[in-house]
Amino acid sequence: MIVAATNQLFELVLALLAAPLLLGWVNKCRAWLQNRSAPSIWLPYRNFHKLFHKDALLADNASLLFRTAPYIVFSSMVVAAAIIPSVGTALPSAFVADAIALVGLFATARVFIALAAMDIGTAFGTLGARREMMIGFLAEPALLMVIFTASLISSSTSLVAISDAFVSRELAIYPSLAFAAVAFLLVLLAENARIPVDNPATHLELTMIHEAMLLEYSARHLALMEWAAALKLFNYAAIGIALFVPWGIARGDVGYVELLTGAPILAVKLMIFGTGIALIETLSAKLRIFRAPEFLATAFLFAVLGMLVHLLLGS
Amino acid sequence: MPWSTWIGYSPIDATLVLIGVWLLLGVAGLIAPRNTRFVAHVIFPLGALVCLAMLVNAVIGIAAPVEARVMLLGLPDLPFHARQDALASVFLALLGGGSFGISLFAAGYFRDGPGAAPGLLGFQYHVFLASMAAVLLADDAYAFMVAWEAMALASYFLVVTQHKVPAIRRAGFLYLLIAHLGALGILLSFGVLQGGSWQFTFEAMRAASHPAPWASAAFFLALLGFGAKAGLLPLHVWLPEAHPAAPSPVSALLSGVMLKMAVYGTLRVALDLISEPLWWWGLVTLALGLATALFGVVFAAVQTDMKRLLAYSSIENLGIAFSGVGLTLMFRGFGLDALAAIALLATLYHCLNHACYKSLLFLATGSVLHATGERNLGKLGGLIRYMPWVAGLALVGTLAIAGLPPLNGFVGEWLLLQVFLFTASVPQPFIDMLVPLGAALLALITALSAYVMVKFYGVIFLGRPREPALAAARDAGWLERLGLGWFALACVLLGVLPVFVLRLLELVSVQLLDATLGDRLESWWLLSPISAERASYGPIVFLLGLAGVVVVTTLVVRHYYHAGVRRGPAWDCGFGRLDSRMQDTAEGFGQPIRRIFAPFFVITRTVPAPLDTAPVYAVQIDDPFWGWLFRPIGRTVQGIANLVARLQRGRISTYLLYSFLTLLGLLVLVL
Repeated sequence: MIVAATNQLFELVLALLAAPLLLGWVNKCRAWLQNRSAPSIWLPYRNFHKLFHKDALLADNASLLFRTAPYIVFSSMVVAAAIIPSVGTALPSAFVADAIALVGLFATARVFIALAAMDIGTAFGTLGARREMMIGFLAEPALLMVIFTASLISSSTSLVAISDAFVSRELAIYPSLAFAAVAFLLVLLAENARIPVDNPATHLELTMIHEAMLLEYSARHLALMEWAAALKLFNYAAIGIALFVPWGIARGDVGYVELLTGAPILAVKLMIFGTGIALIETLSAKLRIFRAPEFLATAFLFAVLGMLVHLLLGS
Repeated sequence: MPWSTWIGYSPIDATLVLIGVWLLLGVAGLIAPRNTRFVAHVIFPLGALVCLAMLVNAVIGIAAPVEARVMLLGLPDLPFHARQDALASVFLALLGGGSFGISLFAAGYFRDGPGAAPGLLGFQYHVFLASMAAVLLADDAYAFMVAWEAMALASYFLVVTQHKVPAIRRAGFLYLLIAHLGALGILLSFGVLQGGSWQFTFEAMRAASHPAPWASAAFFLALLGFGAKAGLLPLHVWLPEAHPAAPSPVSALLSGVMLKMAVYGTLRVALDLISEPLWWWGLVTLALGLATALFGVVFAAVQTDMKRLLAYSSIENLGIAFSGVGLTLMFRGFGLDALAAIALLATLYHCLNHACYKSLLFLATGSVLHATGERNLGKLGGLIRYMPWVAGLALVGTLAIAGLPPLNGFVGEWLLLQVFLFTASVPQPFIDMLVPLGAALLALITALSAYVMVKFYGVIFLGRPREPALAAARDAGWLERLGLGWFALACVLLGVLPVFVLRLLELVSVQLLDATLGDRLESWWLLSPISAERASYGPIVFLLGLAGVVVVTTLVVRHYYHAGVRRGPAWDCGFGRLDSRMQDTAEGFGQPIRRIFAPFFVITRTVPAPLDTAPVYAVQIDDPFWGWLFRPIGRTVQGIANLVARLQRGRISTYLLYSFLTLLGLLVLVL
C-alpha cells in the first residue's frame, strides 16, 4: 500500500517535471535533424520561469472563464498523468477513472481551451477554436477505438489493468495491436498539434491551430497552458507505452527496487519516442487543414481494422 | 411504513390527486386569463410545488409495491385503468423534476405581450403536465390513447401560442400532422397486441400470447408511433420547426420531458406488454437510433438559430436513448439479461440527463431571448459580461451535454460505451463484429456534440457583442435563476453521485427484466456496473481530485509568483482595430461540418460576382428528407385530391345526378 502510494506520488512528480524535458528533447532532436544549432534541452523550464515572473496582461473584455481556463486545463492534464501507469501499475487513483474517462478528461481540457480562445473575440482565437474542435471530434473516435481494441483483448477498460495484462503476455507481435499502434501514433500527432496536422513552431497565424488559441494569453496563464501542452504530450507518450510497449513497467504491488529500475527504462523509451516524433516532423510537411480529416480518417480506419482483426482472429 | 398506512397513503393515489390538482390549477388560471401577475405569481409557483410533490412521490413510488386502480372515469363499459410500477415512477420523477424547474422559470418568464392570454397558456401548460402523468399511469389502451392525444393537443396549443405568425402556425400544423400519424401507429399496435381477446387492458395484453410475426408487427407499429414523437428518422422534421416556435419554457418541456414519453412508450410495449422481444428488433432500433443521433448532431452543428440548434441536439439525444433501447432489446432477445439490465439503466440514465441539461439550455435561451430579443446566433455574443448568472449556469449545461466528466452527460455515455464493449459477446456471427463499431459511432456523436456545444456557448456568451444593442442586456430575474439553478444542480448531482440514482433505476430492471446488478452498486462513490477489475469510475473522487489540483495550482502560483494583472486592449497579433465582425459567426463555425459531412445536406448558396458592388453571400441548408420523402408524399396526396376534386363541379344539376346515381346503385344492391 505504501509502495503504491509512493509510486503514485513519484509518477505524478515525474510527469510534472519530465514533461517540459521531453518537449526540450524533441526540440533538440528536431534542430539536429534540420541542421540547426540546437537550443538547450532546459529551455522550456527557463521559459516557464520567465513567464511566471511577468505581469499578466489581460484583454479589457476578458471574462472570468478566460482566467480560470489555464488552471482547469493544467489540472486536467495533471489528473490524467495520475491515472496513466508510466513506471508501475500500482496506482491507487487509477480505479477512479478508466481509459474512457481519460479520453473524457482530454476532451474537457480541449473544450476549455476552445471556450477560452473564443472569449476575447479575436479572429484568430475563434478560428483556432473551430479547428481544434474539428481535430478533436475526428481524433476522439479513433482514440476510443484504439482503447476498445486493447480493452477487448484484456477485457478491461482500466488502463492499469490493460497494461498489467499486456506486460504478462509473452513477447510476440499481435496484428490487432500493430494496427492500433499505427492509429494511435496518427492520433497522437494530431492531438498534440504536431506536424503534419499543426506546426508547434509556426509563426503564421492563419495556419495555426493550437497556438492560435493561446495568442491572447501571457505570463503565468501562458506558462500554465504551455506546461499543460507539454504534459499532454507526455501523457500521450505514456499511454502509448502502456498500451504497446509496456515491458519494463513494474507490475502490481512490488518493491522500491522495481520502481527505481522502471524510471530509467521509461526514460529510454521516452527518448526514443521523442526522436521518432522529431524524425516524423522533419520528414513530413504540414497538411492543408482540410486534408486533416483524411489523415484522421486513416487513423480511424486503422483502429477499426485493428478491432476487426482482433474479433476475427482473436489475437 | 406505519405513517403511510395510518393516513392511507399510497403513491398511485397521491399521483392521481396531484394530476387533479394540476388540472384545477389550470382551470383556476382561467378566472383572470389576462392578469399576467396573477398567473405568473400564483398559478405557476403553486404548479411548481405540485411538481415537486410529484417528484418526491414518484421517487417513493419506485421502491413501493406495484399498485393498480380502476377509475370511475371513461365509458360505461370501458373504465380507465391506472397502474404505477417502477418504470412509470421513474418517468413520473423525470416529469416532476423537469417540470418543477420549468414552472419556477415560467413564473418569472411570462410577461404581457401579444399571443395567447397568460391564463390560457397556464391552462394548456397544466393540462399538458397532467396528460403526461396520465400517459405514464394509463394501464389500458383506451386511457393511454386519450392521455396521449390530450398531450399532443395541449402541446399543439402551446406551440402555437404566437399564432399570429404564419411560420408558427405552419410549424404547429406539421407537429399535429406527425403526432397523429404516430398516434395511429400506436393505436394499431395496441390493436395487434390484444391478440384476439378484444380486451384492451394492458393486463390482458401481457397475458395474451403473441406469435412472432404479430409481435413484430406490434413492435414496429409502436416504434413508428413513438418514434414519430421522439423524432426518429425519417419522422424528425416536425421537431426543429415546433420546438423553436414555442415559448422557451414550453420548448424546455417539450424537449426535456415530453420526448421521454416516447422512450417510456417503447419500453412499455417492448419489455412489458410483449415481454419477449426478438433480438433483431433491437438491432433495427439500434441502427435507427445511431443514424438519428448522427443526423441530429450534424444538423445541429450548422444551425444559426439557437433554438433550432437545441432542437436538432434533442434529435441527437433521443437517437442515443433509442440506441440504448435497441441494445436492451438485443441483449434481452439473446437471453443476456444481466447485460440488458445495464443497457436499460444506461438508457434511463440518459433520459434523466437529457431532461436536465436540455431543459437548462432551452430555458437559458429563453432568458437570452428576453434580454436581447434575438434568436439568431449571428446577432448575439459576449453575453457572459452582461448576464453572468445565465452564462454561468448555462456553462454547466453546456459541459454536461458535451459529455464531459465529471458531469452527468458523461455517466450516461460511459455506461452505454461499456455496454457496447459487451456486444462482442452476443452469440450471433457478424452482429458481434458489427455492433462494436456502433461504439465508434457513439464516440463520434459525442465528440461532435462537444463541437456543437462549444459553438452554441461560444457564439452566444463569449466574444464581443455582435450588435451594439446587446450591451443593454440584463441578467435574468431570481425566479428564472432558480429554475436554471435547479437544473444545473441536477446536472452536477447526477454526474457525481450516479450510484444513488442507479440503485433506484435498478428496480425497473428487476420488474421488467427480472435481472439485477447484484452487489455491484454497493459502493456509493464508485461506479462499476460489471466488475471492479473490468471498469470503474468514481466521479466524486474525480471531481474532488480535479478541484483539489486546481486549488493547489492556484495557491502555488499565487504564493511563489507575485506578479500582478494588467488590463489592455486585445493583442490579436498586433493587427489592431478589432471589431466584432472579425469573429467567427455561427455559419463560420459550422463550415468544417458543412464540408466534411456535405452529403448530409442540401445546400443552396448565393455567391456574389467578383465585381459586385453590394455583395451578398447567403447559404441555406435544408433537410434532404423533405426532398426525398415528404414533398413527394405531399405531391401525391395533392394529385389524388385533385382527381377527387373533379367530381366537384359546383353545379347543382351535377350533384343531383350523383344523388340519383347513388340511389339507383343502392336500389340495385338491395333488390
